[in-house]
Amino acid sequence: MEDKYVIAKRIALELRDGDLVNLGIGTPTLVADFIPSDRHVTLQSENGIVGIGPLSETPTGSVNAGGNAATIANGGSFIDSALSFSLIRGGHVDVTVLGALEVDREGSLASWIIPGKKVPGMGGAMDLVVGAKKVIIATTHTNSGKPKILNRCSLPLTAYRQVDLIVTELAVIAVEKDGLRLLEVHPNHTIEEIVALTEAPLRVDGVVPMKGVETE
Amino acid sequence: MKRFVRADEIKSFLKDGMTIMVGGFLANGSPERLITAVLEAGVVNLTIIANDGGWEDRGVGRLIVARRVARLVASHIGTNPAAGRLMQSGEMAVTLVPQGTLVERIRAKGAGLGGVLTPTGLGTVVAEGKPILSVGGKDWLLEEPLGADLALLGGAIADRHGNLAYRGSQRNFNPIMALAADIVVAEPYEILPELDPECVITPYPLVDYVLEG
Repeated sequence: MEDKYVIAKRIALELRDGDLVNLGIGTPTLVADFIPSDRHVTLQSENGIVGIGPLSETPTGSVNAGGNAATIANGGSFIDSALSFSLIRGGHVDVTVLGALEVDREGSLASWIIPGKKVPGMGGAMDLVVGAKKVIIATTHTNSGKPKILNRCSLPLTAYRQVDLIVTELAVIAVEKDGLRLLEVHPNHTIEEIVALTEAPLRVDGVVPMKGVETE
Repeated sequence: MKRFVRADEIKSFLKDGMTIMVGGFLANGSPERLITAVLEAGVVNLTIIANDGGWEDRGVGRLIVARRVARLVASHIGTNPAAGRLMQSGEMAVTLVPQGTLVERIRAKGAGLGGVLTPTGLGTVVAEGKPILSVGGKDWLLEEPLGADLALLGGAIADRHGNLAYRGSQRNFNPIMALAADIVVAEPYEILPELDPECVITPYPLVDYVLEG
């Protein structure tokens, strides 16, 4: 299974029946494909859909936050951007899943700008990270071999100390008050490997195999 | 609503250097005919307030590619490579605003409020130079209201009074921008005799002009 699917599948297990969830662009979007069938999860799209359905191959007049043709699920609604961000900022969204350039031991996130190189903008990410009850980061563990989970983010922040959980293709890491705790490790890898690929220190007592991974 | 207008009539509302809000999210719900009319009018040095930079061939992206925009206020420009290039070269100033803050600043202007106190952006570059107020034991960033000379709305279904409803996700920033500009022009897909009063999102007193079919 490709890394991004490993990440998406694991994150889907974090979603609870009845949750209102916002999925970011890229790997986070894939989480929708892995939500267990016994859980009713409502997906919000920040451009103004509560209850977004599967993508459409033909134009529908509506789009998701990535600009792709979108459908609406049964019971869904269209709202304006002020109400959409009231849901987000007001704590009505249970979980948001977002990508990262860097995330650090304090739970700060950098995801919207590489100064001088790439300046896409923050879009709705700053509001989502501040407002959602639970912030899950979906990211590859490293970028070209360099750790993305750092002592301190070097890039401009999306938000200061808001991340709750980091899920990579190798591990699941919780952000606790006093630092990061390694919760789960992919069964094909060791705790030592994860520690070596992570710049921030990890507490490693009580680590279990990564859930949702099929071992061969 | 004052009256229905043809696209070429909006020239009389346009001038160099003005500030224009344009509805839409990645061009979904952007008024393409009105944007074409702005292009054809030849105005330059515009300040554009929009959710994003659109695409190079759609939405406000067309104004950016045509170099009519001196200053862009948006939450995201990643889908329009021209916007990134013009920003890096210094030809277009870009102010990036978190999306929820952007819409709420516009709403504040239109709702007669003096600003927005938001947690979004605290501890980031977004907070630089802005007042931080403590209310209820928590810190909040003060963000100022944001208005415009002209708002161009899309994604609409109008009635003969100028009431507006919106198609699907094309509502986005449109009804908020309807509150916050001196002149508001809407581009509907269709004009019905009457909208169901319970379905009207933007009531007609907020709309100055509606583009004819």
